[in-house]
Amino acid sequence: MTMNPKPSEHLLHALHAHQQQHRFISDQAICDIASRLNLPRAQVEAVTEFYSFFHRNPRGRFDILFSNCTSCGAIPLMNKLCEKLQVKAGETRADGLISIAETSCIGMCDHGASALVNSLTVTSLSEAMIEEMASLIEAETPVSEWPNSWFQIGNNIRKEGLLLSDSFEPGAALKAIAGRSSDEILDEITASGLKGRGGAGFATGLKWKFCRDAASDQRYVVCNADEGEPGTFKDRILLNSHADTLFEGMTICAQTIGATRGYLYLRGEYRYMLDALESTLQSRREAGLLGSDILASGHNFDIAIVVGAGAYICGEESALIESIEEKPGTPRIRPPFPVTSGLWGKPTVVNNVETLVAAARIALHGHQWFESSGTWQSKGSKLLSVSGDCARPGIYEYPFGITVQQVLDDAGAEDVQAVQIGGPAGRLIGTDHFTHHIAFEDLATGGSFMIFNHSRDLLEVVRNFTHFFAHESCGFCTPCRVGTTLLKNGLDKVCGGHGTAHDIDELKATAALVSRRSHCGLGMTAPNAIRDALKAFPHLFETRLLHQEMEPEFNLDASLQEARDLTHRDDAEAHL
Amino acid sequence: MSDSMKKVIKIDGVDVPFQEGQTIMDAALAADIYIPHLCHKPGLSPHGSCKLCTVDVNGRAVSSCTMPAEEGQEIDNNTQALNEVRKSITQMLFVEGNHLCPSCEKTGDCTLQAIGYHLGMLDGHYPQFYPRREVDASHPTLVIDRDRCIMCELCVRASREVDGKDVFAISGRGTNRQLVVNSPTGKLGDSDIDGEDLAAHICPVGAILIKDHGYEVPIGRRTFDLHSVAETDLDEVILKKTKHHDESDASDKKEGGVYGV
Repeated sequence: MTMNPKPSEHLLHALHAHQQQHRFISDQAICDIASRLNLPRAQVEAVTEFYSFFHRNPRGRFDILFSNCTSCGAIPLMNKLCEKLQVKAGETRADGLISIAETSCIGMCDHGASALVNSLTVTSLSEAMIEEMASLIEAETPVSEWPNSWFQIGNNIRKEGLLLSDSFEPGAALKAIAGRSSDEILDEITASGLKGRGGAGFATGLKWKFCRDAASDQRYVVCNADEGEPGTFKDRILLNSHADTLFEGMTICAQTIGATRGYLYLRGEYRYMLDALESTLQSRREAGLLGSDILASGHNFDIAIVVGAGAYICGEESALIESIEEKPGTPRIRPPFPVTSGLWGKPTVVNNVETLVAAARIALHGHQWFESSGTWQSKGSKLLSVSGDCARPGIYEYPFGITVQQVLDDAGAEDVQAVQIGGPAGRLIGTDHFTHHIAFEDLATGGSFMIFNHSRDLLEVVRNFTHFFAHESCGFCTPCRVGTTLLKNGLDKVCGGHGTAHDIDELKATAALVSRRSHCGLGMTAPNAIRDALKAFPHLFETRLLHQEMEPEFNLDASLQEARDLTHRDDAEAHL
Repeated sequence: MSDSMKKVIKIDGVDVPFQEGQTIMDAALAADIYIPHLCHKPGLSPHGSCKLCTVDVNGRAVSSCTMPAEEGQEIDNNTQALNEVRKSITQMLFVEGNHLCPSCEKTGDCTLQAIGYHLGMLDGHYPQFYPRREVDASHPTLVIDRDRCIMCELCVRASREVDGKDVFAISGRGTNRQLVVNSPTGKLGDSDIDGEDLAAHICPVGAILIKDHGYEVPIGRRTFDLHSVAETDLDEVILKKTKHHDESDASDKKEGGVYGV
């Protein structure tokens, strides 16, 4: 029996491999890959054009994507490199040497300004590094010969709790549940009170039970490692240092629900960890912890890794499933939910990395060990990814119930203006909320904790988030596809000093519509930052308004952009 | 089954019977209740993308074309607030593309336009996006004007589910989404679409047009000059009109019918 769940080549992997070699995906490449993988040509085209990391025009031999996140972003440094190398952002230099562009958060928020160079992560960028990088590129020095230190990525664990302080012997949790029935394991997980750590907080035991009880000849376990929420990087640490525990959590889930195949969906930004993860899987196969008859339990299970290609929406579980099925990451209609109809229509558990790590530990230590921490509705601990304006960014593991202020104190954050809890899709809170608690019943979060002190222009932060959602909207439903762009344009107008009171009313109305009428969580949460800011920081908007009453319906300067493009002018005289 | 055993949902306070497996939209259409919709067409799998059919079920916003009808659902549909939301969504669809009704062959036969009228839409309200998308006139009898495409995917589904082909797909992301053709060149002329396929006729706007039958029917005698979009049995009429609007159609006697009257 072949245990590898995906013996053939995955479309996303084929496109990545092709692009690594040829620097873009041509029309001919689409036809060739479609016929090789036996897929419709239009499906290959649709996938290529859906994911940000695939390009339809040639990129440079050095292709650099700078994060535009408020924490690991590096746009001034990007502009500096563009200037040094005489290339425009978003374009490829005529000689084909270099292309530079922006990308959404790459999960390096604890490492300062960061970028992806030919898919490899470079962190802690400085002006001096940009100078050196420009020289290395002009000299055509292969990336493999660049300073090693540039590619070092640390864990930055600042505070260890239940999950991080514990060492783990591969196989220990599986041995602990040996001989126990599916019901007994479910009872253990359910009794622990474990809820999904991705942010939505669905009860893990219940999810597993729904999946197990759905009639089917096949079931799947999928680990959501598409950690795309800007400001979140806690799964990066778990994947880097606790992969064995994660895979054991998946194996326990599989044994409980009766699945023989599992997938780890790894975000493309974390490709640098792929080899290490594959080798951990291989060690586990060799140790009899994956494959046929795991630890003589009679249970067969193996895991394959699918690497994404730059699409935040794939963190939504049904979009993630579509992506594993080699399609654009468009969220499905729900119901049915993945627990009854998921991957290839089969019952599927999709759990976050942290959830599965916690499940393995609960299997090993028992539910009391877990539920002794946290609050009555939020058991256990939570890994927070703390970034932004603080002395000690990094991973902090707390029992649920910690206050925002305590986190700020521990991270050495001073003069704090606001905190974004749970990333752009979460909540923007001001000082009056710092006594609130991190917990499902108060401030729920997937783990992103971004700090902004008074040196920040908070409206620019909100604008950054608004651009993020317009870029990441999959475009399936009208309110989100059109609405996120309307919000982006509206806020740009206000930030550009052309807004009126009317524009604020328009932003409010559009934000409310997008929140309430969108197809999935992306659209429902996309206007959060604007709505929170309008509520808690209305002065940010008011001080930028051109008029409080008059209602000019369009931005005259922006309307001249086409004329500027045609005449190749962008000087002061060409602007109002 | 006796009447008292019938399962019902409540739409705007009216009991509407439903059968297991029906969506709210199915039940509403069967009861001759109109819920505005663009991406839905009975006989094709529901899509839930245009969001015009959004209703409030026990206070929660759902798409009626995808939400299964269930006992106990109290549904708001034809309310002023919801129709305002639908008008905004329709305006979003208008400004996202280049919908210049007076110069479009589909005017009067266009469901998007008809819904705009139905909802009392007087302008696009939002700033225009003015997209520039490619026209594909490579097919001898069909033409694709992508600037008018509203991403409803009716043609995608019709081709796969009814025609037994796979001619269309949607490519790209966000506002860069666009209709693509599953042929070796990406051109419609090189696809296996046939002029008689449902996919060639199902477009609710002027994005896929039949070359041979342009401008045959005078303004004032087109589908929505003679019918209200809120008539729930129009599907056959709409399809037929795109082919030969006036031929052997009893309704052509109702010349000059005014919309909404």
